[in-house]
Amino acid sequence: MTKDTLAPPLKTAPPPPSVPLPPAAGLVTFDVSQLNIWFGVNQVLKNVSLKIPSKAVSAIIGPSGCGKSTFLRSLNRMHDLVPAARVEGRITLFGQNLYDDDVDATVVRRRVGMVFQKPNPFPTMTIAENVTVGLRLNGVRKRNLIQERMERSLRMAALWDEVKDRLNANALSLSGGQQQRLCIARALAIEPEVLLMDEPASALDPIATAKIEELILGLKKSYTIVIVTHNMQQAARISDLTAFFYLGELVEFDKTNRIFTNPAKKQTEDYVTGRFG
Amino acid sequence: MATLHHRWRKIKSSIISALCLLCATIVIVPLAFVLFDLLKEGASSLDLSFFTQLPKPAGEVGGGMANAIIGSFTLLGLAALVGVPIGVLGGIYLSEFGQPQFNAVVRFAADILNGVPSIVWGIVVYAIAVVPMHGFSAYAGGMALGFMMVPLIIRTTEEMLGLVSNNYREAAFALGIPHWKIVLHIVLKTANKGILTGILLAVARIAGEAAPLMFTALGNAGWSHKLSEPISALPLQIFTYFKSPYADEKRQAWGASLVLVLLAISLNIGVRLIARTRAPHLTK
Amino acid sequence: MNAAAAKIKTSPPAEIILAPPVKTADGFFKFLTWLMAMLVLALVVLVGWTLYRGSRPALAKFGWSFFVHANWDPVTEDFGALPFIFGTFACSFLALIIALPLSLGTAVFLTELAPQRIRQTTITLIEMLAAIPSVVYGIWGAAVLIPWLMQGPYPFLKRTLPFLPFFQGPIYGVCILSASLVLAIMIVPIITSISREVLRSVPDSQREAAFALGATRWEVTKLAVLGYSVRGLFGAATLGLGRALGEAMAVTLLIGNVPQITKSLFAPGYTLASGIVMEFAEANPGMHVSALFELGLVLLLVTLTTNVLAYLLIGALGSRKPSAH
Repeated sequence: MTKDTLAPPLKTAPPPPSVPLPPAAGLVTFDVSQLNIWFGVNQVLKNVSLKIPSKAVSAIIGPSGCGKSTFLRSLNRMHDLVPAARVEGRITLFGQNLYDDDVDATVVRRRVGMVFQKPNPFPTMTIAENVTVGLRLNGVRKRNLIQERMERSLRMAALWDEVKDRLNANALSLSGGQQQRLCIARALAIEPEVLLMDEPASALDPIATAKIEELILGLKKSYTIVIVTHNMQQAARISDLTAFFYLGELVEFDKTNRIFTNPAKKQTEDYVTGRFG
Repeated sequence: MATLHHRWRKIKSSIISALCLLCATIVIVPLAFVLFDLLKEGASSLDLSFFTQLPKPAGEVGGGMANAIIGSFTLLGLAALVGVPIGVLGGIYLSEFGQPQFNAVVRFAADILNGVPSIVWGIVVYAIAVVPMHGFSAYAGGMALGFMMVPLIIRTTEEMLGLVSNNYREAAFALGIPHWKIVLHIVLKTANKGILTGILLAVARIAGEAAPLMFTALGNAGWSHKLSEPISALPLQIFTYFKSPYADEKRQAWGASLVLVLLAISLNIGVRLIARTRAPHLTK
Repeated sequence: MNAAAAKIKTSPPAEIILAPPVKTADGFFKFLTWLMAMLVLALVVLVGWTLYRGSRPALAKFGWSFFVHANWDPVTEDFGALPFIFGTFACSFLALIIALPLSLGTAVFLTELAPQRIRQTTITLIEMLAAIPSVVYGIWGAAVLIPWLMQGPYPFLKRTLPFLPFFQGPIYGVCILSASLVLAIMIVPIITSISREVLRSVPDSQREAAFALGATRWEVTKLAVLGYSVRGLFGAATLGLGRALGEAMAVTLLIGNVPQITKSLFAPGYTLASGIVMEFAEANPGMHVSALFELGLVLLLVTLTTNVLAYLLIGALGSRKPSAH
């Protein structure tokens, strides 16, 4: 897999991560059971249960306010940062309960990475510094290790060729689509096992969106990906499984082509055929 | 009739606009005079000996204010050592950790501190530092000036940190970086130009103060060899020299005043330059 | 390439190379920053307590009569704060009377009338006014302003308004009027700046509505802006007053420093701040120093009350947005 044999960058198969994912727990990444979430007095998620499989793309769709992002953020304990949030239920990552008392949320977030809707590279840092910040601020010192991870992450994010000559430029000098790929590289650099994506392409133009989608298709060989999207066609294009949420409840979770061609619930069918949205 | 009244209304409006312009002009006029007089009386005093020599004994012509210049910078440095940690760290607490009620109380306290007259700081620090230490010192002077900086720095730090978008904090949390590292290496770093601006403004504010130093640093006719000794400062020296009957010392007081005003103006310009290079990402 | 691939495979996994988070580091940092915030509160208490402790002997000896007694004699240890209180208020209020119309006019000019370029320049110039240290105002006032006043304006006032008690009596130069004039110059920047903020906070829609009704420029300002802002402008004035009350160095050089109460503005006087400046260094430890501490306590209470009142009027008490100082 040398540079000379590469087709145009986007078609590159990403290099494998350094460590094979735990095989035994390999089939199911997240086992969610009876998840309920409140913000203050409002119950935002009601009794959600599903199993998210490994090395596949699971899409979360549903109308605005249905709880998609809330569900996504419970998978990496981001609600810990919101004092008004209350999470009840059980979520296990490869068999280990995420919300156990002795589990450190910081460690969870190193294994479950997240990319946000609006690209947010750190504005005072260069491209190289942005990619490696997760390593450097977490105590990694070895220069060559950092260098190698940086290159690998940028390749995996299909950004390496575009930035390799200006790694020391400020991250904000990149276009929106490039910044988002930079954020993906940043998340991948600390080698999570899971990548959560919260509407990663909704702030981008169609061409940048297409690049991100190609990227995701390539990444799923090595990572479990959970993506929230309000764009049903996108879900249909890139995901293996799709979950349809409505008003805080999980209505249906199944193989993508089943959801979009022959859903089991009428509500799902109404949504995917555009009767409401 | 209606047109006549309308014309009168317009005239009245123009008159009042002219009056407002007049107000603005009147207000600026003293500035012109002060600057002009500073240059007229003080520029001639700024020769090499002014910056390199010590004051001569009373009555003798010549000498300089080298000790006052060094002393002022020393005191500003000590003040920063006191004011910056308390102000910046306190501002960090308010912005990153605090709760609404506690924050309101601290901000109120900061506003109270801001309104404490400088002479009051002088006698307070006299009581808490000079008396126990049995002597005037640069430490006491730096402490007084440093305490004066705290309310300014804590407010601007809180404001600047608040301007840093939450998106960056979220992204950093999602990378599994510990909270304190997020605050120091990402949030603070993003806001550092604004915080630096606040610090410089605080320094500019206290650089010309004499009242807090009169009973703490006291002043020194010669060099201070230890920070536990009294130390000279430009504002103090200006005050002492101006009250003296000797024309030569009065002249030097003008020179020192010119230096002080130039210092204050350049600090303000420096702040403006830094503010202009602030990246757009800081406006939420 | 093989070596590179092999290297990739043996690179240690994430959990091992990333340093485990130290729980106590977060706690320590939060505690440290909290401590600093608490220090701000502690400083307030420290200032009040130190002044109180220093004044206790005088408080005990003189009690409430301290505030109404007009004599100040260190030799017989007969201390009364009335001349200082009188001088402080006389100077500061007079300064406010002079500065307020000028500052308001300037603020209106800056927010409503001035084109961008002129506005920026004027603002910069006013900031330069604020940057001049108090002691420099003092020596300028004493060396330049007072001689000029004594040559022209003061005799003119005395000639043309002799029936007013304010302008009677000998003209010494250093006097309450001189101190007030320079104080006025010194407080113009802060009153202007706060007034500007107050005026600017009036939404443009108010102005547009008034314009749409056919109002002239001034009528727009009067109806839409000033009416809305009266409380805030009061606050700006009060803030300026607070600044004037605490002013020490300039006043010391301009007011003559004689503890007396007169009607004449041409007579020297004393303020709380300038009294401390003049006498603290040589005061006998004991009752004299304690009386001076009590002057400081009075000064603190007076300025604090004024400032709190100002913040309440502006609506900025304990609020997030810091007001310009």
